[in-house]
Amino acid sequence: MMIEKIRKILKDHGRLNKDPWALDEAADLYQAGMTSHASVNVMLALEGEFEIEFPDHLLKRSVFESMGAMRDTIAGLTKGS
Amino acid sequence: MMQSHMSVGIDLVQVSRVAASLEQFGERFLRRVFTDAEVAYANAAPALTVERLAARFAAKEAAVKALGLVERGVGWRQIEVTREESGMCRLSLHGAARDAAAEAGVVELALSLSHEGDYATAVVFAMRNGQEAAHP
Repeated sequence: MMIEKIRKILKDHGRLNKDPWALDEAADLYQAGMTSHASVNVMLALEGEFEIEFPDHLLKRSVFESMGAMRDTIAGLTKGS
Repeated sequence: MMQSHMSVGIDLVQVSRVAASLEQFGERFLRRVFTDAEVAYANAAPALTVERLAARFAAKEAAVKALGLVERGVGWRQIEVTREESGMCRLSLHGAARDAAAEAGVVELALSLSHEGDYATAVVFAMRNGQEAAHP
């Protein structure tokens, strides 16, 4: 399940001050302690896990601010592949 | 009425975290975040490579804040730190970052970098000419 994989990546790379499994899919990850640098690591790990590449126009805060937003964006990038 | 105003952005980066990113993601991290010239400058002083990269990352994030680009969708390589012979560092914008700055009426950017121990920081000032599109 995609959200579980995202939670695992957040645990390894997100530097959150909370357990990712304790967070709602819509929870604001920046409020949970994710720094801008940590979000780069999360992005690179997501790209490796899901074999995608985030184009520049998707490199914005709203894409990475919650697990649900990441899932929706990844689903859009993998659709049809 | 002509109105000049400035905005500011600041960012602080832990150097050891950048080293960890390099170790974990290697070339993917380097090539995604930094331009060839930035990597070449950082590699020119092997003892300071990670500090230089960390300071440049801080500069890019500080610029994103100063220019209000968090929702614009801008790649890190579109915000480049360049260095003059005098040693002064400047920001050079490309692509969507350059377009956004132009739309916002930014006429001047000023950058300052520093690093000490495990931390690197950057401050960016953006001066606007007040010509941006008026909001109703």
